[in-house]
Amino acid sequence: MLGLEKKDFRLLLVVIGLTLFAPIILNPFPAGSEMAQFNAGYPDLMQRFVIFGIFAIGFNILFGLTGYLSFGHAAFLGVGSYSAVWMFKLLSMNVLPAIILSVIIAGLFSLLIGFISLRRSGIYFSILTLAFAQMSFALAYSVLTPITGGETGLQLALDDPRILGASQTASGNIPVPSLFGLEMRASYEMAVGAWSFTFNAGYYLAAIILVLAFYLAIRIFRSPFGMMLRAIKSNQTRMSYTGLNARPYTLAAFVISGMYAGLAGGLMASMDPLAGAERMQWTASGEVVLMTILGGAGTLIGPVLGAGMIKYFENIFSKINSQVLHEWFGFLPDGLEDFVVTLIYPFVGKGWHLTLGIVFMLVVIFLPGGLVQGGQKILATLRRKKTDDANPGATKPAE
Amino acid sequence: MGILEVKGINKRFGGLQALGDVNLSVEENTVHAIIGPNGAGKSTLLNVLVGKLIPDSGSVMFDGQSVLGRKPHEINQMGISRVFQTPEIFTDLTVFENVMIPCFAKRDGAFRMHAIESIVSEKGIRAQAEEMLADVNMLEKRDMLTSSLSRGDKRRLEMAMCLVQDPKLLLLDEPTAGMARADTENTINLLKEIRTKRGITMAIIEHDMNVVFSLAERITVLAQGTPLVEDIPENIKGHPKVREAYLGEAQV
Repeated sequence: MLGLEKKDFRLLLVVIGLTLFAPIILNPFPAGSEMAQFNAGYPDLMQRFVIFGIFAIGFNILFGLTGYLSFGHAAFLGVGSYSAVWMFKLLSMNVLPAIILSVIIAGLFSLLIGFISLRRSGIYFSILTLAFAQMSFALAYSVLTPITGGETGLQLALDDPRILGASQTASGNIPVPSLFGLEMRASYEMAVGAWSFTFNAGYYLAAIILVLAFYLAIRIFRSPFGMMLRAIKSNQTRMSYTGLNARPYTLAAFVISGMYAGLAGGLMASMDPLAGAERMQWTASGEVVLMTILGGAGTLIGPVLGAGMIKYFENIFSKINSQVLHEWFGFLPDGLEDFVVTLIYPFVGKGWHLTLGIVFMLVVIFLPGGLVQGGQKILATLRRKKTDDANPGATKPAE
Repeated sequence: MGILEVKGINKRFGGLQALGDVNLSVEENTVHAIIGPNGAGKSTLLNVLVGKLIPDSGSVMFDGQSVLGRKPHEINQMGISRVFQTPEIFTDLTVFENVMIPCFAKRDGAFRMHAIESIVSEKGIRAQAEEMLADVNMLEKRDMLTSSLSRGDKRRLEMAMCLVQDPKLLLLDEPTAGMARADTENTINLLKEIRTKRGITMAIIEHDMNVVFSLAERITVLAQGTPLVEDIPENIKGHPKVREAYLGEAQV
């Protein structure tokens, strides 16, 4: 199917299903109920899930396959965002040219940085990419202020030319990003009983692009090119004594992952048309490394899961404050309630990083293959149980 | 004129003359062994041949072209394959993938952007790799990860990866070093088989005299970076100069 093996095609279907029904799946609790704060099915967060999913899928093509750990990928995301916003300022508010330009510019930028950084491998490569990303951040933050907007970031203005569109709407406002007239912020609310689901145009555009990006990643993983990238990770000596030049292969992987990052950056700007230098900071580069490792580096679906998990923690876990905790543990006697709340408080709200750190440590120690490995282990146990149940006579007593 | 012509190679490492005026000619369709005591410069010579080291002076011609200054992957593309002392294989890949990679390298050159095609649709490459695996009796292990192979199988696989490229010259760097007696015998038999079946030109660097004398058709003895004698095995065995060089080393 579509040039994929059965197993990969099934995985693609799962991803399509999850993204299609995400507004429903992510809103399992009725609106207004006490658990509603765990609902993640609102447009802003869902957009972030898929956009960072795309970012992580691309990063995984470089890191998961070749083992080259880049600490500067946020630079490409930032460049993508700036390109998209410039397109909104100069050309029109249509997101399509903006996204295309952000992919191209990020590709060119990553070609330059990759060409220099890939002269070294291992830790030196990581440091080089980190240095380049921090230089880009510094440039965007101060020196290049006319292009990047500096500290305040790059924003749309009423007097932007927008040669193919209007500088301002009839009512004198800045126009909003759209796809041939379909506004990205357009949403349709559906109420089913106590539940309410929001279907957002911007989310679905990003989701379609995620599915395409995921499909392309599967093709790359299963191609001879993908096999060469894994060979580079495995043994570079044998690689060169087999007549293969590792440099152009790693550079191609670097540029592809840079373009994925640019795509994510362009989409980010399409959902909310502004771009700031902080998107290029090294913490943002580190975040995508965490996402990939948490989900499972080198696996197809892992990075998407990792991105979802981190964004969920960042947006949902961080909302739990001491008042919410007191409500939850209100049934306990006063002294005990205070004690339990004090105990849990450092791990939620502003302390969500702490919980994420613990989860990350547990995953790296017990599941080096990430969440995907965890899923596989659970599936394997279930399957074993099932076969045991099916023919109990076949199981041999322990010796 | 041999397929490999080494003329007047010199290589110094600081104060040490690792190779001094080395001349060597490997004839096509022969097995040429290079032997010598420890520190004779065998490995240095090999590293010059594969482009890992650049000599201070001299020339290395392969098939009418100079190999000096070329990178290892370029030299491989000229038709020289190398088997390492400890097998160098792709450890996180399957046996089958390991053999497919050299097939791709042979067909597509040092780099090709085939990122969208599926490996499954590469029928020609798959058939070629399967045939090679059958040839070395490893077809039933095709889906195993190579990290779980025995040492003998790793050696066998590395050999298959070199042979599937149909090289004009196969360089072997102590192919039986550190092997148990049985494994050594197996490797000798494998090499003999390759020799008779495919008629591949080989240059072997070896310590083990048993291996050398059961395979080599011509032998060069290296001592202190200089060739001592070059002759057929029968004449090497009793040669006084060779005895002298090896005194206290091994029984020749």
